[in-house]
Amino acid sequence: MSLSRGSYLIREGFRSIKTHSFMSFASVTIIMACLIIMGSVSLLSLNIDQLIGDMENQNEVVALVDETYSSEDAQALQSLVEAVPNVSDAEFVDRAVAMDTFMNNFDRDFRDGIDETVFRHRFVIHLDDISLMSETKSALESVEGIVKVKAHLEYANAFITIRNIVSVVSLVLTVILVFVSVFIMSNTIKLATFGRREEIGIMKMVGATNSFIRLPFIIEGLVLGVLGGGLAFLAEWGLYGLLTSRIMGTLAGSFISIIPFDKVAVPMLIAYLGIGVFVGVFGGVNAIRNYLKV
Amino acid sequence: MVRMKNVTKVYDSSGTVALDGVNMTIDEGEFVFLVGPSGSGKTTLMKLITGEVRADAGKVIVNDFDMNKIRRHKLPKVRRTLGVIFQDYRLIDNMNVYDNVAFAMRVVGASGREISRRVPYVLELVGLEGREKRLPGELSGGEQQRVAIARALVNSPRMIVADEPTGNLDPVRSLELMLLFEKINEMGTTILVVTHEKELVNALSKRVITIDEGHVISDGMDGYFGL
Repeated sequence: MSLSRGSYLIREGFRSIKTHSFMSFASVTIIMACLIIMGSVSLLSLNIDQLIGDMENQNEVVALVDETYSSEDAQALQSLVEAVPNVSDAEFVDRAVAMDTFMNNFDRDFRDGIDETVFRHRFVIHLDDISLMSETKSALESVEGIVKVKAHLEYANAFITIRNIVSVVSLVLTVILVFVSVFIMSNTIKLATFGRREEIGIMKMVGATNSFIRLPFIIEGLVLGVLGGGLAFLAEWGLYGLLTSRIMGTLAGSFISIIPFDKVAVPMLIAYLGIGVFVGVFGGVNAIRNYLKV
Repeated sequence: MVRMKNVTKVYDSSGTVALDGVNMTIDEGEFVFLVGPSGSGKTTLMKLITGEVRADAGKVIVNDFDMNKIRRHKLPKVRRTLGVIFQDYRLIDNMNVYDNVAFAMRVVGASGREISRRVPYVLELVGLEGREKRLPGELSGGEQQRVAIARALVNSPRMIVADEPTGNLDPVRSLELMLLFEKINEMGTTILVVTHEKELVNALSKRVITIDEGHVISDGMDGYFGL
């Protein structure tokens, strides 16, 4: 293809956007709306996932040390405990500290007569992956000097179940939304090109090749897709920021942490532009396919 | 040049036999009217020439291309040897006169210099000089049809195929248009005009092929049979 022909076809793509400005506006708006809905669901599920992750991290495992061990001997086990696979961190708690913590929860009358020897030295352990809690518990129990490991397997299982449900639901929702969005977006583009079937017919009759006809539609789809994706990204950024600041301003904000937009901005922008361009180009080319069969 | 030998076309959807064993030859440089009542097969015959439909049986040769064997992606090559004109003009509404004509040259990859040399010449030939910047909606029916003729002519086709080109025009404009076709024919381009306007056909004394119920029923210089 010659340079002048190529530049003509590119100019045609832009001219077409301007000429069919209303349908171009409709296509960009629909791409934007669908991407914002898809993005919002994804961000929501990411935040729920993080929330569950935070809750999981608060689910501790306590490893009790043999009561005959002195504080120093018990503390010396730290490296052995930390070396157990799946142990994220282990904090040594002296029996005196353990008793203080326990006693703080009860009335003075109840505390009388309790000696610190009732308590054992211990390690408060956080895990990398709570789904491996059972295996980690066994491994900790096999460390010499550790006599008992208290792990709430039932809580861990509950978290795992919730996380799995959330993952499946958000995946299903996202997949459905992607299909619905692509369907809506490509139909809007189809509608936008319907009015141009006569123009395509004329092109065919004067001897235009299919690639000659397609290229301006590809350029048009590309521009509309980038525009729709870019604007959707900016809108999502604004909406997310607004919503985040509102939530953080309430009581709930002190209990939960929200993923900052900066953390997801790059992959989100790539996804938005990618989907926008794919839908714009594929939708446009697909929409004119039938008109090219003349 | 068009050659048709025992051409049959049946539309699958309705089972209608549009053409039944048609034999016909149009030589280079001829001016031919194709006449016949509605539903006689005129449009199907035209579509066979432009490659919009394929024959179910027989042979169709258009400007040396075998239309039964040609692959779909090669059709633009055939169409570039033809200039097609329709009753409803089929101009692109948002392009001005100049661009509507230049567009046909861009499609075939003509350079900007060639376009700027050829388009004004063709517009002058069809009597549209000074109308270059007008949009189709700002022109009369006759002028719009002239734009369509200019577009058909601009790539110097070997043959012009016009389907009811005067269908939307008054008798005076229709005759003017036919005289324009005659002028183009004198310059060497083969002309095939599909029409059912008896007066026009008889006024020009050209070869007339009459078709009815999918059969060629007459072919000669005797004018319109008035079916």
